[in-house]
Amino acid sequence: MSVSRRGWLTGLVAGAGVLAAPTAQGSGTTRFSGHPGRFGLLHDTTLCAGCRACEHACAQVNGLPKPTAAVGDASVFAHERRTTDKALTVVNRYVAPEGARPGVYRKQQCMHCNEPCCATVCLVKAFTKTPEGPVLYNPDVCMGCRYCVTACPYYALAYEYDDPLKPRVMRCTMCYARIKEGKNPGCADACPTGAILFGKRSELLEVARDRIRKDPGRYVHRILGEDEFGGSSWLVLAGMDFARLGLGDLVDATTTPLPEIATSYLSVVPLVITIYPGLLMGMHAFSKRKEEVAHQERVAAVSEALAKANEETRTKLAEAAQKAEKQKDAAVAQAVKKALAEAEAAAQKEGAK
Amino acid sequence: MTAPAQTKSARLLSPFNAIATLVLVIGGIIFAVRFVKGLAATTNLDNNNPWGLWIGFDVMAGVALAAGGFVTSSGVYLFGMKEYRPVVRPAILTGFLGYFLVVVGLLADLGRPWRLPYPFLISPGWTSPLFEVALCVALYLTTLLLESAPAAFEWLGWKKLRTVVGSMTIALTILGLILSTMHQSTLGAMFMATPTKLHPLWYSPYLPVHFFISAVAVGLSMVIVEGAISHRVFHERVEITRTQFDAITLGLGKAAAVALAVYFSTKVLAIALEDKWHYLGTRYGLWYLFEIAGFVVLPCFLLLVGYRERRVTLVRIAAGITVAGVVLNRLNVAMFAFNWRLPWEARYWPHPMEIAVSLSLVMAGVVMFRWIASRMPILHEHPDWKGTH
Repeated sequence: MSVSRRGWLTGLVAGAGVLAAPTAQGSGTTRFSGHPGRFGLLHDTTLCAGCRACEHACAQVNGLPKPTAAVGDASVFAHERRTTDKALTVVNRYVAPEGARPGVYRKQQCMHCNEPCCATVCLVKAFTKTPEGPVLYNPDVCMGCRYCVTACPYYALAYEYDDPLKPRVMRCTMCYARIKEGKNPGCADACPTGAILFGKRSELLEVARDRIRKDPGRYVHRILGEDEFGGSSWLVLAGMDFARLGLGDLVDATTTPLPEIATSYLSVVPLVITIYPGLLMGMHAFSKRKEEVAHQERVAAVSEALAKANEETRTKLAEAAQKAEKQKDAAVAQAVKKALAEAEAAAQKEGAK
Repeated sequence: MTAPAQTKSARLLSPFNAIATLVLVIGGIIFAVRFVKGLAATTNLDNNNPWGLWIGFDVMAGVALAAGGFVTSSGVYLFGMKEYRPVVRPAILTGFLGYFLVVVGLLADLGRPWRLPYPFLISPGWTSPLFEVALCVALYLTTLLLESAPAAFEWLGWKKLRTVVGSMTIALTILGLILSTMHQSTLGAMFMATPTKLHPLWYSPYLPVHFFISAVAVGLSMVIVEGAISHRVFHERVEITRTQFDAITLGLGKAAAVALAVYFSTKVLAIALEDKWHYLGTRYGLWYLFEIAGFVVLPCFLLLVGYRERRVTLVRIAAGITVAGVVLNRLNVAMFAFNWRLPWEARYWPHPMEIAVSLSLVMAGVVMFRWIASRMPILHEHPDWKGTH
């Protein structure tokens, strides 16, 4: 899937870099390439014999229940397994090309990402990317929301679902304590074929490149974990398509660190806080003003109408008065005329006598 | 206060109360079992599927369904659409109860729920979208409590406090709109961390936009649906005339239609932006088209027809479809289209006990709404405070 065209208001995405890398310093326009000299592990699947000695060693050094199937017991390969809260690493068998071998094996565990998304999405900062390379988890602050388990693109994190009160997220710690003592992680020490190599990540990348260069027909020319989603401490070499090793999700994965994708939207959030109050108060003011203007217009219209009505009434009254005056005058004139006429008639009558 | 005589529906021994009690008791028992035997015994969750119905429905859908409060209060108090005032209080109450129950539901899902204050007090994970959601939900729940307080204070006759909270209306409404914009969208942004796990048809850089706009549509639709039911149940308490209420329903329906149309456009945009058209021909594509055609385009069309022809019942049916559609969308994102590359047998399906707890949360909301609406001035105005809110 393409996520390269993702990205919020493009200019803002850069700002998200600050939020994206909890261990990184600097602004969104600079890139933190990781602590120099950090450790990693290289799993060369072309060397892995599927003995599962690593599983046993892992359980032993982490004080977890011993795997039920003995070292070398191939019956467990009937079904693809994944890491659980009691098995922090598992080896699966995949169908080999042209039946060259009974199968190809790949070890699965936490990849210890360069920019771990579990750490970014944790709302109590329970995860830390140590300068030595391992990503560590602190159960003392964990709320058990399992966002980290959801966000992990490698399906590597497990959770103690059967613990009702103190469940923890369970995952490979890259044997942090052993590394600090100068020892190798348990799995690397236990591997009889040298398929698991522990060392400085930068040197392991050189080793891996060297192997591909020296035997180009043996390997797919790609080191998984070099830069998928920003890269990881664990590196994987393969002799066949990674998609056929159960890593189909990651074959076309972007090199953008997952935390950057996960938090790109968060750069918009402060904008909401800064823009909304002014914008909304403005809108409120507009709607209030609209109401006020409407009210004022109504008042003005009413008074105007009243004034107009008054004016009309006055004119009508005046007209009526005028008319009345006229009528009165006419009546008087008529009365005078009548009286005169009558007087004249009386005088004529008088004269005729 | 002048309480009308106990309504028929509020009588203690009624079929509704019997069913409600049964659902709540079963939910309560499973809730307790969760804290004795763990999530493994009560849910179908596993390492591949760390989130199930309690996140997909109780949180993701729950928060969206409770969006009616901020939508109606913004319309009335900020944008001056005063004729919708009668639906604000029930919407705010629905919102408050909804968010409250989201938090209650979360208590069952969280491994150590008593650490709920940890993100704020002990070890804040600033970079997490979930941190933002948690902070917003905490603040918004408080906001909704203050926004629903006037009704309670009027009922209790606490006039001074009522005046104080009443004077905060505009500020609270603005705060509510800010917080809702933030966390409704960020709930969608939470899944931006899973580009390989969520099916491309649902995964998009526009997830936050999709979540926010669909929340507006479903918020309006919930006000329509909830209003239709409460006006039937509490018709003797309702003061506004049927004509007035029908006009409100039609108006809300028109607004919901616009929100759905905008939502549909952004959904198409998301497919076009990353050129994901070819996924439409797959099985997931059919499921996606079913969601979009049946629960976005269809209700949008019905709402418009209902508004145009003034058919209130049609608007109500369409609002019901919208509600179902947004629930389906949240379930698709959180469950059905999630982990789509895993083999079928590794996929999640909710355990009956998970469904029972989710049902009991819904039932708790209905029971609390009924208890409050039959006492406090929610569907009618308090005689002493007429026209003051």
